[in-house]
Amino acid sequence: MSEGRAAAPAAARDFDIELRLLLEAVYLKYQHDFRHYAYASLRRRMRQAMERFECRTLSELQGRILHEPEVFAATLQYFTVQVSEMFRDPPYFRALRERVLPILQTYPYVKLWVAGCSTGEEAWSCAIMLRESGLLDRAIIYATDINPVALETAAAGVYALDRIAGFSANYLAAGGTGSLSDYYTAAYGKAMFDKALRAQMVFSDHSLATDQVFSEVEMVSCRNVLIYFDRQLQARAIGLFHDALVPRGFLGIGSKETLRYSPRAGSFEEFAAQERIYRKA
Amino acid sequence: MKARSRQGAHGGPQIDAIVIGASAGGVEAVGALLQALPQPYAPALMVVIHLPPDRRSLLTEIFQAKCRLPVREALDKEHVESGTVYVAPPGYHLLVEADRTLALSLDAPVAFSRPSIDVLFESAAVAYGDRVLGIVLSGGNNDGAAGLAAIREAGGRGWVQEPTDALAAAMPQAALQTAGADLVVPVRDMAVRLAHLRSGRGVAL
Repeated sequence: MSEGRAAAPAAARDFDIELRLLLEAVYLKYQHDFRHYAYASLRRRMRQAMERFECRTLSELQGRILHEPEVFAATLQYFTVQVSEMFRDPPYFRALRERVLPILQTYPYVKLWVAGCSTGEEAWSCAIMLRESGLLDRAIIYATDINPVALETAAAGVYALDRIAGFSANYLAAGGTGSLSDYYTAAYGKAMFDKALRAQMVFSDHSLATDQVFSEVEMVSCRNVLIYFDRQLQARAIGLFHDALVPRGFLGIGSKETLRYSPRAGSFEEFAAQERIYRKA
Repeated sequence: MKARSRQGAHGGPQIDAIVIGASAGGVEAVGALLQALPQPYAPALMVVIHLPPDRRSLLTEIFQAKCRLPVREALDKEHVESGTVYVAPPGYHLLVEADRTLALSLDAPVAFSRPSIDVLFESAAVAYGDRVLGIVLSGGNNDGAAGLAAIREAGGRGWVQEPTDALAAAMPQAALQTAGADLVVPVRDMAVRLAHLRSGRGVAL
């Protein structure tokens, strides 16, 4: 018993050594930088990846990732997490609609950056909201992510029909003025969102870890992405948002995230505190 | 340099964190434990209770009304403070990092649960090694069993509610089967022992 007890922490240390080496290898080989991702949840996802590829150790998985690009492509979904739904956290979208959009209405055009858009549900939600506020025609939505497969799904705007009931409930709770069904056509178990919305959306590969600002924007929405970063990478991402935002631009983050621990916290003021919407000071 | 002693003043192990998991029938049990804690209290506490997601959680208010220590819903990247109770927000996993900050994730539910007790316990085993106490209370599934095993394998302690004392016995039973325990008692007795851990150490373990 006592031997087993002594062995486990050492095993945990070994795993973290292997994890650091793996992240370094992935960065050197594929230029995807996960080195400053939050370890606690990443450990668990890497164990799942080991299971999926039947690897006994993380080092073994590292070998496969290095030598088989298709294995790396398949493990991307373990490095990042794709969880999204339309109008997730309806109070957030309600605050955007009722408090932020009336201010953006006064601008000649609006650029909105959905950072870490995953499979696109939030970007499409924003498009619908901008349409209902009469803003979409003079808006551009930049939806960015590092995962090409997720981006493809996002750009297609096609979601399983069985998810739509939940999306619709969120849409109504977020203050939607019509019916979500106004924006999609259903066929073969899928809901395909309106191509007219798509005309104002740009889907693009962008890394908050390694890329720079690509445009000036009036608002950034980056929700439940920062939780996967360590403090250092969080600070980088928030710095990018700060640099991308126009003066008095808006930043929305996840409902359990906070800017409090970021060195840039002082550069933002709370706009809708409960909904985690900040404004550049 | 002298290494920091594993042993507390009473010869018992030093406990920096107490992680608690419960499900069906667990709110009352957790409340009873929190009610017993004296102020000041050295260990930090982290609590996962299964609840239906997408609902504003009243757990923080419910527990704060009973507990002398500050009770907060966990925020991402928050430093774990001694003598503070952190409750997992509904719909998120709660984890703790090696630098003893809290982390949240939206990784897939584990056994239909997010937050998951296993996820919290496994992260605590890595972050705290032998300085953590895991407690599994009433619940209707087997969440927490693997997590408690991870804690005990890493040298930490495990307490389990006596199954006959639990409203739902499945979770304590599963924990006992998979992980075993250093203590199996009714919540009432557990509360007394927990209160004795106020300095983070004690023979009560």
